[in-house]
Amino acid sequence: MSKEDGWSVEVFSMLQNMEVQQVAYVPDAGHARLIELCEADSRMRAVPLTSEEEGVALLAGAWLGGERGVLLMQSSGVGNCINMLAMIQECRIPFLTLVTMRGEWGEFNPWQVPMGQATNGLLHNIGVIVHRPDTAERLVEVVNAAAHLAFDAGRAVAVLISQQIIGFKDWHK
Amino acid sequence: MTPQNEIILDRRASVARILADRGDALLITGLGSTTWDAAAVGDHPNNFYLWGAMGGAAVLGLGVALAQPQRRVLVITGDGEMLMGLGGLATIAVQRPGNLSIVVIDNESYGETGMQKTHTHHGVDLAGCAAAAGFPVSRTIYSRDELEDIVSLLYAATGPVFAVVKVAATAAPTVLPSRDGPYLKDRFRSAVLGDRATG
Ligand SMILES: Cc1ncc(C[n+]2csc(CCOP(=O)(O)OP(=O)(O)O)c2C)c(N)n1
Ligand SMILES: [Mg+2]
Repeated sequence: MSKEDGWSVEVFSMLQNMEVQQVAYVPDAGHARLIELCEADSRMRAVPLTSEEEGVALLAGAWLGGERGVLLMQSSGVGNCINMLAMIQECRIPFLTLVTMRGEWGEFNPWQVPMGQATNGLLHNIGVIVHRPDTAERLVEVVNAAAHLAFDAGRAVAVLISQQIIGFKDWHK
Repeated sequence: MTPQNEIILDRRASVARILADRGDALLITGLGSTTWDAAAVGDHPNNFYLWGAMGGAAVLGLGVALAQPQRRVLVITGDGEMLMGLGGLATIAVQRPGNLSIVVIDNESYGETGMQKTHTHHGVDLAGCAAAAGFPVSRTIYSRDELEDIVSLLYAATGPVFAVVKVAATAAPTVLPSRDGPYLKDRFRSAVLGDRATG
């Protein structure tokens, strides 16, 4: 099992246990396996988006209609979400997002760096609680805690998944 | 018959006509004027009004529609609001929710901010965008007769349904519903989910 397979399978079964039903995403390589797993599950609805902010609106609607959701995106997508997240904050809608980070650990593409470096601060400023697991071993535990904080305590929570954990893209291969 | 493309419909009267047949449909309104239009018809626990989140109304409706496949979900929003979320039409068309209907009250302007012209004034065809994205029903409405025809489709056709209602660019009196987000959210969830809302 590859590194990505390991955490993706565990996070997937955790999302199943938490009864997450709408999985919104703009793809990132780091989420590829998790997206496949969600697409293959008949109890989940995977919703590909044209832009990440749609995911925020979609999940607000999901909650209004009685379903839980999660938004999968890469750090650059966080910049597309900010105004929509103001609604999440103002209406106190439970919200969970798993963000694969670019622009920090071993980054090759300089255009990823500004948004990657700003991600944590932007989320914090718009009222999203940020969790950052420091090892792959703790990732699933952290996502589980984030899901409880989101759906039980009614909070907006982001889990930032570092390239230290999921491996970074080697452009020299 | 009125000449093609002459704008005669009134926004308040059009929204009132559409909502007269709502039954147990769930309603999402876009920020600004369409929220006042719905409030002018009468507040309702099945209404969720947006006071912000510009560009999000249609896709928020998609989230509700997927979660409540047995209920009809109606989104009524403005042309400016819809233009900001145009990509959402593609996302909705891909999901193809049979129970979702979107109405754009198109005054060809940003009413709330001083009546500046929107892209629809310059010929951008929102119904064409929805049709091109894959909406099975997509219409532009100019007359009362066309409005009558679309109302039944909004609540009964297999969607997603898209309707642009061309209305005169006149300001209607502001009618303010609650702007308390947590209250509006909890009220809507209680109306839809009953006891499950707090579970
Ligand atoms: C992201 C964002 N940009 C701009 C605004 C300012 N704004 C508020 S309402 C509005 C116009 C909405 O126009 P439309 O949807 O056509 O509604 P109308 O009042 O014309 O019915 C704008 C631009 C805003 N609230 N949010
Ligand atoms: Mg307008």
